[in-house]
Formats: sequence, C-alpha cells, structure tokens
Amino acid sequence: MALDNTKSTGFTHVGTTPDRPDGVDKVTGRARFGADITAPGMLHAAIVRSPHAHARIKRIDTSKAEALAGVKGVVTRADFATGLTGENWNILENVMAGDTALYDGHAVAAVAATSSLIARDAAKLVVVEYEPLPHVTDVDKAMAADAPVIREGAADTSVPKGLHPNVVRYHESGHGDVEAGFAEADLVVEDHFKTEATHQGYIEPHACLGTLGGDGKGELWCCTQGHWNVQKICAALLGLETANLRVTASEIGGGFGGKTAVFIEPVALALARKTNKPVKLVMPRADVFKATGPTASTSMDIKIGMKKDGTITAAQGTFRLQGGAFPGAPCEFTAMCAFAPYALKNVRQVGYDVMSNRPKQAAYRAPGSPMAAFAVESVIDELCNRLDLDPIETRLKNASKKGTKASFGPTFDRIGLVETLEAAKAHPHYCAPLKPGQGRGISCGFWFNHGGETAVSLALSEDGTAQLAVGTPDIGGSRASMALMAAEELGIPYENIRVTIADTATLGYNEVSHGSRVTYASGLATIQAARDAVKKLCGRAAAKWGIPEDAVKWENGCAVPSGPNAGDFDPLPIAEITKRMGATGGPIVGHFEATPEGAGVSFATHIVDAEVDPETGKTSVVRYTVVQDAGKAIHPTYVEGQFQGGAAQGIGWALNEEYIYGEDGRLQNALFLDYRIPVASDLPMIDTVIVEVPNPGHPYGVRGVGETSICPPLAAIANAVSAAAGVRLRQLPMSPPRILEALEQQRNG
Amino acid sequence: MSKIHVTTTVNGDEVEFLCDPRETVLDVLRDRLGMTGTKEGCGTGDCGACSITLDGRLVCSCLVLGVEAEGREIATVEGIATGEDLHPLQQKFIEYAALQCGICTPGILVATKALLEKNPDPTETEVRYWLAGNLCRCTGYDKIIRAVMDTAADMREAS
Amino acid sequence: MVEVNLWSGLRALADGKDKVEIEATTVGEVLSGLVKAHPGLQDAIDAGVSVAVDGRVIASSLTEPVAPDSEVFLMQRLKGG
Repeated sequence: MALDNTKSTGFTHVGTTPDRPDGVDKVTGRARFGADITAPGMLHAAIVRSPHAHARIKRIDTSKAEALAGVKGVVTRADFATGLTGENWNILENVMAGDTALYDGHAVAAVAATSSLIARDAAKLVVVEYEPLPHVTDVDKAMAADAPVIREGAADTSVPKGLHPNVVRYHESGHGDVEAGFAEADLVVEDHFKTEATHQGYIEPHACLGTLGGDGKGELWCCTQGHWNVQKICAALLGLETANLRVTASEIGGGFGGKTAVFIEPVALALARKTNKPVKLVMPRADVFKATGPTASTSMDIKIGMKKDGTITAAQGTFRLQGGAFPGAPCEFTAMCAFAPYALKNVRQVGYDVMSNRPKQAAYRAPGSPMAAFAVESVIDELCNRLDLDPIETRLKNASKKGTKASFGPTFDRIGLVETLEAAKAHPHYCAPLKPGQGRGISCGFWFNHGGETAVSLALSEDGTAQLAVGTPDIGGSRASMALMAAEELGIPYENIRVTIADTATLGYNEVSHGSRVTYASGLATIQAARDAVKKLCGRAAAKWGIPEDAVKWENGCAVPSGPNAGDFDPLPIAEITKRMGATGGPIVGHFEATPEGAGVSFATHIVDAEVDPETGKTSVVRYTVVQDAGKAIHPTYVEGQFQGGAAQGIGWALNEEYIYGEDGRLQNALFLDYRIPVASDLPMIDTVIVEVPNPGHPYGVRGVGETSICPPLAAIANAVSAAAGVRLRQLPMSPPRILEALEQQRNG
Repeated sequence: MSKIHVTTTVNGDEVEFLCDPRETVLDVLRDRLGMTGTKEGCGTGDCGACSITLDGRLVCSCLVLGVEAEGREIATVEGIATGEDLHPLQQKFIEYAALQCGICTPGILVATKALLEKNPDPTETEVRYWLAGNLCRCTGYDKIIRAVMDTAADMREAS
Repeated sequence: MVEVNLWSGLRALADGKDKVEIEATTVGEVLSGLVKAHPGLQDAIDAGVSVAVDGRVIASSLTEPVAPDSEVFLMQRLKGG
C-alpha cells in the first residue's frame, strides 16, 4: 500500500551529504558516552561472576566484602523482584543468577564502593560456594541424547515431541513438494556447514549510572539502543512503577544489536537502592565478551537441486542455533531468510533453538540471516561450479521479484534484488582479471527490516528554527538524516534544525533501535511531525489572511496562497509566523505517535576477491564491492558507511572471529588480542554501489540499510576463499589452521 | 593504600593530582581530571581508544601508570583543536563521515595526528599499519583512511 | 472469511491444518479468531507474531485492515540488530 503524499524526486536536502550535527562533539572529545558521566557522592560497582560453565550456587558469603573499608553495599539475586515470568524472568536470571550459574561469566553478586579499585578488591572477597554440574557448549552435542539438561521445561509448545529438552523452540515453513523438486533436478548438492559464535564487538563497553531512592523514584543514564526498553525492564526487575524511572540515553559507542539487551542497568539500580547513592557501573572488556552479546553458533544442512540451465528445482535447509543458556536464538529468522532471494516452487526450512552453557545470545545485525546465507550461497556456488554456470546469471535466473511467493510465505511487493544483481554484473569489479592464487566470490543477502513503535516531536522556535526530539539513539549519524528530512519538509536550512535524543520522560514509547528501523521509522515520524507543524503554520497564515486553511500551502519555508482564487498575499516566511505564535494560538509543535508498518525488505549482492597463502593458510581480502538497495539514500555518505561497516564485520566473522571454549566450558579468548576483529591493515577499501528501488511504505521510499550489509559477506568470502584455495570451506571462521587442514585433507584425497 | 602526588602537563597546562599507585594515566585523566575525551575500550592495550601522546610518543594510556606521568607532557584529544578552530584532521573526519558511533574517534585522531607529524606523506599501507592498533567496529576503516590521506595532502599543500 | 496461512511448524497446534478460515476485518480479529478456532495457538501468538497482509509485514498493529481476498500469513515477530 503506497502512502499518501509520497515523494521520490525533486529533493532539495535529501540526498545531500552535509556534516553531521554532532560532528564537532565527536571529534573534540566533548560527546558524552556511557562511562563519561559522574554524580556527586557517586559509588563505583563491580560484578562477581561465575568461573564455572554450569554450577549450583550453594552459598554466597558477602561478609568479608562488606567489611572492607569503602564498601557500601553488596547485592545478590535476593535484592531483585520475585514472581517474574516469561521474558522478564529470563532477563533477570541472566542479569543475576538464581540458584544456578549457567555459563562462565554469569553474574552472581555485585559490590558498590567508594572507588572502582575498592569495588574490584571487594568483588574478590565475595565467597561463592559452587557445586559444578556437567556442561555442554556445542550445538550438536547439546541436542544429543546424553547432553546435560540446561533447564527442564524451558521448551515452548512449538517443539515436536521426542527432542532433547535443550531444544526449546522450533520453526518449520515452506511450500511445494521438495522431494518432487529434487527429482526434477539435473544435479543435487547436499552439504553440512558450521559457524562459530561471534561478538558484536562494539568498542564501548556497557556503562551506566543509576540513582534510586527509597521513594521508588530513579534516574538512569546508560548506553543503549533503546532506553524505553531499559526503563520497562528495569522497572519490572526492581519492582518499580515504570514512570518513576527516567532513563536518558548517552551517546552510544556502537551496538549492532548487542545493546538492545539489558545487562548491568538493573544491577546498578539495585546497588543504588541499597546504598542510597548514585552508582556507576562500567563493564570490563572481558566481562563484555563473557556475559554480553554474542551471536548464536550454528550447525546447518542444506540441499539444493538445480537444472543444467541454472533453474533451482527445490531447496531444503535445517538450521540448528545454539543461543546460550536461554531461549531466543533466532532460528526462525535464519530459516526464513535462508532462501528469500530466490523464487522457489519447492522449499522447506526447519529451525531449532538450542540451549547450552554459553551466554544468552543477543541480536547482531540481521540476526540469523548471515549464517543462513553462508550455507545456502555456498551450495549455490558449488552448483554453479559443477554445472559451469555464471554465478550472477544463475542468481538472476532464480531471483525473487515483485509478485514472487517468498520462501517464507507472503508475496513480495516491489523489491530490488534484480537491480543489485544487474549493478553487480555491470560493475568493473566483476570482470576484472584475477591474479594466480586469487578467487572471486559472489553472494546475495536478505533482511526483513522493521518499523516499530515511534514517537517524535518537532517544536518550532520563535525565530523559525526547529527542535526535533527523537527517541532513537544516534548510532551512526542518524541525527543528520533526521535533520535532512525535517529540512526537506519545512523548507528551512539543515543547520536550523537541532536534533536531540529525548529521554523517556519527554516522548512516548520508542521501540529499541533495531531492525534497521531508525531512518525508516524515526524518519517517517519526522516527516509526518513536520507535516503536522506545517499544517499548523498554514492555519496561522490562513487566520492572518482571513482565508480558509485549505487555501494555504507551504513552499520553500513560506505559507503561500494555494492558487489565484485564494487571494493575493505575499509569501509569509516561517519566522514571521513563529515570531507571533504565542499571540496567534500558542506554541507550534508537530507530533507523530504511531507504529509505522511498511518497512520494506532489503537485498544486497556482494563481490569479493580473496587471496589464500597455501604456506600459512592466511587469507587476504584484496577487493570488495557492496551493492545494496537502500530504497532512497537520505544521507548517501552514511549509507555507504553502513554498507562498508557491515562488510567489514562480515569479513571478521568469515575469517577470524570466534568464541573458543575449552573442555572446561570456559571462554578462552575474552579479550581483543585473542578475539581478533579486523584492523585497518587487514582490509582493502570497500567499494559501494547504492541501488534505489523505493519502498512503497515510506514517504521518500527509504528502506533500512544497517543490517542487510552483513548478510552476504560470510558466503561471498567463503566462495572466494574456496575458489582461491581450490577446496570448499564449510566451517567459519576460515582461520589459517582451518584452511591448512582443508588443504591437507584435499592433498590426502 | 596511600596516594602519590603527581605533577604533569596536559595539553600544555600544568596539573597536579593524587593517585593510587595502581591507577593508569587513563584512570587519572577520566576520573581525577574529568577529561573524558579519552576512551576506555579494553584496558589491555588492544583497542587504542585511549591513545594519547606522552612526551610526543603515541601510547595507550591504559598501559601507563598515573605515577609515570610525573614531569611528562601529555596530549589528548581535547588539545587537538585550537580554541574553536578544528585541526584539519578533525574537519576532514566530519566531512568524510569517517566516524559513525564516534567512540574510537578520539584515539584515532590522536594517533593520526602523531603519524602526520612524523610522516607528512604516508602511503595508504603506512596509514593502515600505523592505525592497526586502533580498532573501529563501525566504518570498515575506508572513510578513515581516505580522510587521513586527504588531510595529509591538504597539509602538505598548505605548508 | 479470510484465509490465514500458518507456518507449517504450527500445524501440530492447529489440528493439522496450515490454512485456517477466519471471519476478520483487521489483523487483531485475525489473531483472536485464530485462538478461538484453535486454542493451541495461544502460546505461539502470545510469544509474538507479525501478520503479512498482501506481502506487507504488519509487525504489531492490530488495527490494520484485512479484506476477504487478502493474502494473509502468520509470521514470528521480528527481532533485529
């Protein structure tokens, strides 16, 4: 359904690339992030964490810690609300363990003291007596009959009978008859794939500062992707009334999904309540790795049948996701995204959400989709190789387009996959010669995108400038996009709009910044709020001129008569109206409070050249091109940035990053030295092509761009590495030892 | 544990503080001097968010003890601009969108300023290896490298 | 009547069906009608569902209109990064 009053061409501001409004703050050190705030009389906190993968907590003795000079309070699970159910109970159980520690790094107690050094010393004095239990950290082992049960009764009603209790959710979807489809194929390839858990790897550790008095009224400052969600969850976990806790979002030093979850904020507030002082809690990096994030790890089976001409006749996938000690691994999205790029008559996908003794997985950029794409696009690459078909032509032949019945059910509206494939085919990268030892990989990727609850307000000042309050933290330049859209509607300079991220007391509920929703939903809200303000401005002009409101229109920042019959009046500039707004009806504020439902899905195609050193097994990415449908790029430079950032994270996931667990179930690489994310010298320049196939669900055609960019890289790089090494790599990361092993196996036949 | 009195220079200004012998220069800057422009990303010298210069040498301030700052000259991100005038690197980082979230930006600016003072005409590879100790998770480094290369060219032309 | 397509994992909770006919003019009525027809679907719907109406994914709004000839698919609710 197209929205009224859409606009796709003739923009003045949209599509330009002005400096971001918060640029100076961010390059001078003035911007205040999670850990950059203090309060008078503030205490510092430290968390005591389990060193065991799975253990019963028999006793916690806090007396020695409490006796240390400077310690003001210790909290355990007893200091939080009781009687919680559902997801609130899961979150509390993760934030502070109950009777069982479920993973290495699970919080069991916390201390507040007058300095961070004393807090750290005191944490070491908390005595916890554990009874170790059998543990499991691998997804396939966690599903096996002899696996220790993480929690009885955790499975929901979707899980078929007869599966291990660690399988807690189940998804199955598809259409057609896959067996008949495989029978029609000239070649069927079936393969098994594995990916390791990775961390979002934001450079800013979680940090917050909370106060909570005996009157039940509190304030919280924190780095988060969604402060209304933090407010709601903290209120539930501490037994507060939601409105009595005001949450302010700091600047946020990266999130990528990992800061949609709540980890330390309820702990800081519990300590604040206990000590009656402000409490600051900053996570050490090792705790970030052990107890926040990561993604699910996966084990996947893919089977695809193809005719000699490249037509896919049937596709089937089984996706097993290990999401840590709680339900929630995105098995349904892995399954639903897996075959979405292709128009398939026969398709079936099955997903399993499996618990293990690892931290509770958190969303990471298009949760589940990159792993699915890795497995599916590897098999398509193998089919193309064996049938001697061009990888882009084959994908074009099968590509989903408007009217295609999607692999997950519904019929696609206007989508841009074909356009990304055509642009990739036409890109000089695709036909550039390769050097010996290099291979080229192609992959498509898909993500749903999301709208969600959104509230903004746009208040005009007496001089005709505008203050836009939005509720979605600015993670990557979204203030600039919002200001561009407001400037477009109001017809005033970009610089005349001040964009603020409002606190929870100032606006209605704003859903977490996830699902690539910010530029789509807060952008749509900004446009509608500006139109609401313009309507009011026109009303004031109409009253001044003594003509009906609908006889006034808005042009270039001025009210003007809508036609010759409306009367002959000079344009009335915004500042002339706002100067007198107090006397002509009061302040002028535009609003939007709704749940936009029209986030357009998004596709991308990536091209990668990789070089593999057969001596060391090291892979170098030598050339990279991202082609993605943005619908409409509001600030093209920041759109490119999202494309490049997603590609870089995908390169890390494909080549290096992984959670390494020992036999003891403990995480062995909880620091950036050993969990190696890409550094500047690892990467080439990342070329980008912005395709614009407008989303009918946004006034300017915007589609979310933040997540889709991480969907193709895993597969594209695996296809490039497999071509360069001459052997198919089926497990991520393709670290040097794995590549050497694959080469060795191939040599030994 | 008794605290130690330290006198040092930060961005040209003499400052004094008392610190615990276990506190790092990063702790002192942020918690004792209120200079929160320098960021902590890891505390183990792996991410570079806390980059400063100590007597002109680029270091991770999380790996230097506060007491070691005695009599030294510290330069941080807060000292890069001259009053309201941004350094060309700062201008170019904004212009090129070389930052998304901005948490690594202070460290990267300090590091690249140190590079250009040492080598006004670096190759792309030299810039990439110089910045290999400064992690950025948002940008994929592309726009950062371009901003640095272009700033270096502008500064060479201006000098 | 509107034909509502369930993901096949729900068949076991809907008496073996993956298409259910519901009297409904809005997304909200689709969901309440599904639970009335097949009480076993209650948990799955409470866990969070979206409804795709003619290819448009309605993540949460219960007031979105549904026509008798609409293509309606039940989907699990999105959690993005």
